[in-house]
Amino acid sequence: MTINSVSVRDLSLSFGAVTVLETLNLDVKDGEFLVLLGSSGCGKSTLLNCIAGLLDVSDGQIFIKDKNVTWEEPKDRGIGMVFQSYALYPQMTVEGNLSFGLKVAKLSQAEIDKRVARAAEILQIQPLLKRKPSELSGGQRQRVAIGRALVRDVDVFLFDEPLSNLDAKLRSELRVEIKRLHQSLKNTMIYVTHDQIEALTLADRIAVMKSGVIQQLADPMTIYNFPENLFVAGFIGSPSMNFFRGEIKDRGGRKVVEINGVDFSMDAYPTRGPLEAGRKVVLGVRPEHVRVDEPGEEIHAAVVDIEEPMGADNLLWLKLAGQTISVRIAGARRYAPGKAVKLSFDMSMASVFDAATENRI
Amino acid sequence: MAEVVTLNNPSAKVSSATKPVAGPRGKKPRPLLSPRNIMIYGALLFAAAYYLLPLYVMVVTSLKGMPEIRLGNIFSPPLEITFEPWVKAWATACTGLNCDGLSRGFWNSVRITIPSTVISIAIASINGYALANWRFKGADLFFTILIVGAFIPYQVMIYPIVIVLREMGLYGSLTGLIIVHTIFGMPILTLLFRNYFTALPEELFKAARVDGAGFWTIYFKIMLPMSLPIFVVAMILQVTGIWNDFLFGVVFTRPEYYPMTVQLNNIVNSVQGVKEYNVNMAATILTGAVPLIVYFVSGRLFVRGIAAGAVKG
Repeated sequence: MTINSVSVRDLSLSFGAVTVLETLNLDVKDGEFLVLLGSSGCGKSTLLNCIAGLLDVSDGQIFIKDKNVTWEEPKDRGIGMVFQSYALYPQMTVEGNLSFGLKVAKLSQAEIDKRVARAAEILQIQPLLKRKPSELSGGQRQRVAIGRALVRDVDVFLFDEPLSNLDAKLRSELRVEIKRLHQSLKNTMIYVTHDQIEALTLADRIAVMKSGVIQQLADPMTIYNFPENLFVAGFIGSPSMNFFRGEIKDRGGRKVVEINGVDFSMDAYPTRGPLEAGRKVVLGVRPEHVRVDEPGEEIHAAVVDIEEPMGADNLLWLKLAGQTISVRIAGARRYAPGKAVKLSFDMSMASVFDAATENRI
Repeated sequence: MAEVVTLNNPSAKVSSATKPVAGPRGKKPRPLLSPRNIMIYGALLFAAAYYLLPLYVMVVTSLKGMPEIRLGNIFSPPLEITFEPWVKAWATACTGLNCDGLSRGFWNSVRITIPSTVISIAIASINGYALANWRFKGADLFFTILIVGAFIPYQVMIYPIVIVLREMGLYGSLTGLIIVHTIFGMPILTLLFRNYFTALPEELFKAARVDGAGFWTIYFKIMLPMSLPIFVVAMILQVTGIWNDFLFGVVFTRPEYYPMTVQLNNIVNSVQGVKEYNVNMAATILTGAVPLIVYFVSGRLFVRGIAAGAVKG
């Protein structure tokens, strides 16, 4: 049993003068569900295509199951791939789509039938086998596309934004199915998405990417609660984390962040190193880590600007220290605009970044 | 509920206070003979008549005997319908030394058009597929050269090609002409196929590669079945283009291999004897019939091909 299923070593890729990936390193553990998360153009799909062998790399190496596959053809890498547009062969039936790769590989008919039947059973698409892709709904098409990867009996599944073309309801249904599939098959899966909900719900680990560089690679809760830099903090979470620019001050031995003349105590913050007075920082607090009208150590006065009831939650936009911040409270608690409230921050869950390097301190 | 019940009762509905009683309702009436319609249909009918009149004259004249033609009423329908000019045009009209009508030219044209069309489409579709999907080294340069080739006037290349064919020992033969047609169809057809294959979803090609299919498997099993419309378009272009070609036919072949267009010219422009207008008209219609039939038959197939191909993803 190998420890790493997929390893990417010093991978670089450039198209002409444009560098998409630069000396990127990534290890995916055996049986792991890894999500590559980032906005469009960050290089996440490019990285996936490199792993699949659909793009030639400029430099670096790719290992799958400890075998160097950098120059191998896609079919020889032991991968199956699912695409955003489903990419089903329109002229073939579902059965034809599933068996095409096996026929190309010249497997025996008995083996092909066995594998197609198994995939169809796992994905609950037996009734659709004789239909053409044009006669299927979006969700059914994507199931068939997953089946096409499944029949290949491979070690590594690659998903390239598989749910982005589906409507919200189907997306959440298929998301659960993909997770269930991973739990029963225990294959390595690498999943590209720009949707943070998909990333947080599915992943064992998330790699947040920006401009061809992995910003942070960690499990979803670490990414959410302890973002490594300002980009990750702002990218994950909806509504976005509240950011305040300020300066570390020493108030008689206690460290505080001063923001527009308002002090925020740093006593509870799990800092990594000493907080020097005078350092310019950015304080980040998630909307759910602000308490409204509850007892707390440090109380700040604020005024409700806008209220957005969302059912389970209630989202308040308030004015504090000359800035608009968002606060998430229980859906049953209602506040009219203009109402004065008392806020306190849960600093143990806050994040503080250096204003210059944008890294967590 | 009461409202629903009264819906079946017109008088009750009119008296209902919630609905506006008077005023226009439903589709706006449009009079058939409005100035707008008269202008549109008038212009269309005029244009149609303008283009159909020559065809009418040709058909009518081809069905008349020579004495009737000499009366000079070119628009009048034939008093006595005769098919003799058609038979003569096809089988016995004289061109130069031969007196076997257009039939020889027809079969020459068939023997030129079919191989040229098939070969040029086969090669161009593979070119286009390779250019669109397999980004090989020098692909852009190759494509640029090909496109530049499409803009060089034919006349510039005629004499060099005559020399090349002579050196190859193919000058004057049907094979030589087929090669010339194939080469000259290449730039525009390659461009056509490349653009079509580029527009197909790229992920299909990627999926096939992950499935292990190679260059030819992807071409035959994935691309070809999705490309009926563009093959029909290419076929129409090539068949009509090659069939209607006169210049290459007269330059690159010997008289016994002249295509139909060249023979038609020789019949119509013969200077000896009486001008047989009815035979000339019949010969012209016969020559134009093939492209016409191709348009009618494949035009319908073309539309069906587009409809059948509308299965994106």
